[in-house]
Amino acid sequence: MAYFLAQSGNALSLGGIYALLALGLAVVYSILGLINFAHGALMTLAGYVLVFAAVLGLPFYLSAPLAILVVMASAVLLERIAFRPVRGASGATMLLTSFAVAVLLQLAFQLFISTRPQVVPLPDFLTATVDLGSFAIGVNRVISVVVAVVVLIALNLFLKRTVLGLAMRAAADDFNVTRLMGIRANRVIATAFALSGLLAAVAAVLWIAQRSSVDPMMGLVPVLKAFIATTLGGLGSLLGAVLGGLLLGAIEIYLAAYLPDAALPFHGAITLGVVILVLVVRPQGLVGASRELGK
Amino acid sequence: MAPMLSATDLHVRYGAIRAVRGVDLAVSEGEIVALLGANGAGKTSTLMALVGLVRPAQGEVRFGGEVISGRDTEDIVTRGMTLVPEGRHVFPSLTVAENLRLGAASRRDREAVVRTRAEILELFPILAERSGQAAGTLSGGQQQQLAIGRALMSAPRLLLLDEPSLGLAPQVVDDIFDLLVRLKQRGLTILIVEQDAVAALDIADRAYVMVNGAIAMQGPAAELRASEQVAHAYLGATMAETHA
Repeated sequence: MAYFLAQSGNALSLGGIYALLALGLAVVYSILGLINFAHGALMTLAGYVLVFAAVLGLPFYLSAPLAILVVMASAVLLERIAFRPVRGASGATMLLTSFAVAVLLQLAFQLFISTRPQVVPLPDFLTATVDLGSFAIGVNRVISVVVAVVVLIALNLFLKRTVLGLAMRAAADDFNVTRLMGIRANRVIATAFALSGLLAAVAAVLWIAQRSSVDPMMGLVPVLKAFIATTLGGLGSLLGAVLGGLLLGAIEIYLAAYLPDAALPFHGAITLGVVILVLVVRPQGLVGASRELGK
Repeated sequence: MAPMLSATDLHVRYGAIRAVRGVDLAVSEGEIVALLGANGAGKTSTLMALVGLVRPAQGEVRFGGEVISGRDTEDIVTRGMTLVPEGRHVFPSLTVAENLRLGAASRRDREAVVRTRAEILELFPILAERSGQAAGTLSGGQQQQLAIGRALMSAPRLLLLDEPSLGLAPQVVDDIFDLLVRLKQRGLTILIVEQDAVAALDIADRAYVMVNGAIAMQGPAAELRASEQVAHAYLGATMAETHA
């Protein structure tokens, strides 16, 4: 039972990170129809900001918000430079653009920083564990769950209570009609990218808090997982992204915990097998008929 | 006095397709003007060009004395002209209240927005009743009321409507058209595109008839109502066939 609870903590922690990443993809996709594979490079960028901030002697409680701000600004800048010129183009064009951006950033990290992993110094409290009676869990995991919950609630309030948040949901429903409300299209799109940057950076900080290193490919795998999570939840649905992320995290952790040793090498394959099974039963994903926020 | 809205030699092209070919029209303050014509005559394209959702290939649009052709829709709406699009296009996943709130997104004066909102809820009591409900769950007639209410939230001086009767029961259409007359009495200027020419001519002061992307006929609504050519034009026959 203690083992199960500890693994559940891990599942929530990993699922929370996937949920944040999937949400970052979904926010942009629901408005632009763009699956932004450069999202992973944004995660990696957050990691390098933490490294450089540590070199400059900044404490973690300052470097983490700094990483988030830098990544939000970079996401908005990426939209201006790379994605605005292909706005309204076919899905394939936008997808290729996002791959190109992802590769360019990854190469830049390799050329200008290093191909080797860089150590991210973490404060001691992150590596401690909390004793919960029958089992113990890492502080980093607890923080990860708490932060994910707080960010999800804040995002929900933003989308429901503020005019800009409403405009983003409206733009996902119908972009042109949103402009008829006198709302600047560019402002809505910039906000979507800023939000996706925020979500990528928060996820990156939580991810690094469990690994304490960053390399040029760091964001690749988690964002691929996040893409699987959005598909699992229902592409374009924000609620689906969160549920898909949590479910994928749970599948991965529980399989790793309970598979017999002989089957462990096939852990990844079995995980994807379960995902495919879900999609066979519900091709539209867990939530919604099509795109909850669009048509 | 110069008209509130005027279009001169307006052209709209989609690639090789010339949807609007040199339209001239004017709407004066306090009027209801109808733009009639068959499916595909270019009425919707004309409206889209007026509000800047498509960029005119040629020609000039003036609103309140200023040239607005080439400006962004966002700017045009802020200047006091908005469009209720064909098929209503309420934001289905947003609640009725949220739809209305977005309608006023371009306005800064919060107290004035509160007053507008109260007026609109008085005009459309159903919107107050359904305030918390997702707009996508409303009936067609209720969605049309919401689409008009949402447009009015921006406090426009000129309201463009594209096929407000589309897909609605006759009784509901009557209600919507009665409402437009009441809005006119309150000082709103209206340009309405309609396939139901009889209903539109009943409330309009003047009308234009579009055929194949150009204005084929225009005049006071009463005259056009009596004209046989209008019947032909809006039923889809070209003017050439009418004369043949």
